[in-house]
Amino acid sequence: MEWILKLDGLEKAFGGLRVTASVSFAVKEGEISAIIGPNGAGKTTLFNQITGHLLPDKGKITFLGEDITGWRPQQIVKLGMGRAFQITSVFPEETVLENVRLACLSRRDEVLTYFRPVRRFKEATDEAFAILESLGLRQHAERPALELAHGDQKLLDIGVALGLEPKLLLLDEPTAGMSPEERHLTRDLIKRLWKEFNLTLIFIEHDMDTVFGIAQTVRVLQLGALLAEGTPDEIRSNPAVITAYLGEDLT
Amino acid sequence: MELGRGLKQTAFWLVLFAGFALVPVLSTSKYHMLLASHILLWGLFAVAFNMLWGVTGMLSFGQALYYGLGAYAVGLMVKHVGTGWFLPGVALGLIGAVILSIAVGLLIIRVSGVFFTVLTLAFGQLAWQITFRWYHFTGGDDGIQSIIPPGILGNGLVYYYFILVLVALSIWLLQRLSQSPMGVLLRCVRQNPSRVPFLGQSVRFSQLRVYVVSSFFSALAGSLMAGVDNSIHTDMLYWTTSGEVILMSVLGGIGQFFGPFIGAGVIIILQDVVGAKTQYWPLMIGIVMMVMVLLLPKGLVGEFQSLSARLKSLAAPR
Repeated sequence: MEWILKLDGLEKAFGGLRVTASVSFAVKEGEISAIIGPNGAGKTTLFNQITGHLLPDKGKITFLGEDITGWRPQQIVKLGMGRAFQITSVFPEETVLENVRLACLSRRDEVLTYFRPVRRFKEATDEAFAILESLGLRQHAERPALELAHGDQKLLDIGVALGLEPKLLLLDEPTAGMSPEERHLTRDLIKRLWKEFNLTLIFIEHDMDTVFGIAQTVRVLQLGALLAEGTPDEIRSNPAVITAYLGEDLT
Repeated sequence: MELGRGLKQTAFWLVLFAGFALVPVLSTSKYHMLLASHILLWGLFAVAFNMLWGVTGMLSFGQALYYGLGAYAVGLMVKHVGTGWFLPGVALGLIGAVILSIAVGLLIIRVSGVFFTVLTLAFGQLAWQITFRWYHFTGGDDGIQSIIPPGILGNGLVYYYFILVLVALSIWLLQRLSQSPMGVLLRCVRQNPSRVPFLGQSVRFSQLRVYVVSSFFSALAGSLMAGVDNSIHTDMLYWTTSGEVILMSVLGGIGQFFGPFIGAGVIIILQDVVGAKTQYWPLMIGIVMMVMVLLLPKGLVGEFQSLSARLKSLAAPR
């Protein structure tokens, strides 16, 4: 298998605080992997650097063979990286359909059309409906996004990312704030989306059932540094990880 | 549902157009035609302004810069080159507005929120001050008089239909824009700008685009106004002119495409009716605005729409 994303010696500090400490790893194409670590370990900051939101102080990010260090988020997105957010980030007044359709239009380079009503873009509309169908949001298509329940809004956030047909999708705590029941459904859904859309998927997650349930590779961050990397079994039995993070009960 | 709304908007649109087309037929008074012309051009100016504010969330307090630019391009051409240079003046104003809005836009779109608003105000006032001081070129406080549209357009009736067609065409184009993917993107820039880059789109570029479009149509309104009033004045560049379209938009409703147009109509008729009785008409406008903001925050069109939606849901069988 090929590498799709590679980080080389990534460094980032806010003032004196080192939030990313020489992180290097490579993500295989088609893999589903998790990043775990205690609060403040630098997980979201790492995502922000990968997606171009933050510029690393040092190091190199390679995505699909391109050195994307210093690229703008919109350029990285165009290259094929999608992202859903920890704090749900959709377009609240637009309908559920419009949220996803805009992403589809953007990928198809049809956004800069000025004089054709948006509903006449048939391919983008069909694509958006297909994504809503996969997410189970089809029946809410005509409702404004802000009317959706919290869990559905999180799904819509993922739907917006999927509209861009990403090769790599980053999910920041996809099950945060969900009930155990919802979590279970979301876990299955993520796994299904990963297969259905042929994604390489990286997610940050605190819920260990989700992490060990679906990830093929788990990476542990602590104080900005990569503490361990391996299969769920390797991570579960890694003494350093157990002391630092997982606790005795998981062995 | 989407189609139904489209039809309704088209119907509203045709009725409005027919209404304005009938003004010279129903009334022989030149004054009514003048009033209708003012509503049309202020309406266009306000709708163009609202593409910035209501749609994209950029409150410009300086669109008078482009409105005045359009007017002065016409006025200066007529004054310095020749009376027949009215239409080239309009064209010059439009090109000038595009170039100036790109240049100014690149400078001020770096900042957002109230800083953007203050910068637009600063540029507007700068243009006003230059026009005001440069007496021998612009006529300063005297403005420029006897601006007569050329040839057959010199006929008031012909000119009225000329601007009616241009305003209708412009508003139609702006409406198409607001319903296009670009229009959706602009609304999204207002609702959640930090998400837009993750759609693969640039916030700044989108803002610059709509700033240029809005400025273009503001200049068109200003240049056509020069032919309606046959004179122009530095007030057209003053900040109160920028403020006027803000009031019109608030009154009509910034959430609706046609809101600002209706707001322009109401304010102009109000000024006319109240102004005929008392010189304190701004007081009246002030009271109306206060009532609107406090009691009807969605504006006339917005409140009307929520009312009819509520009536509909009441009437619907359960």
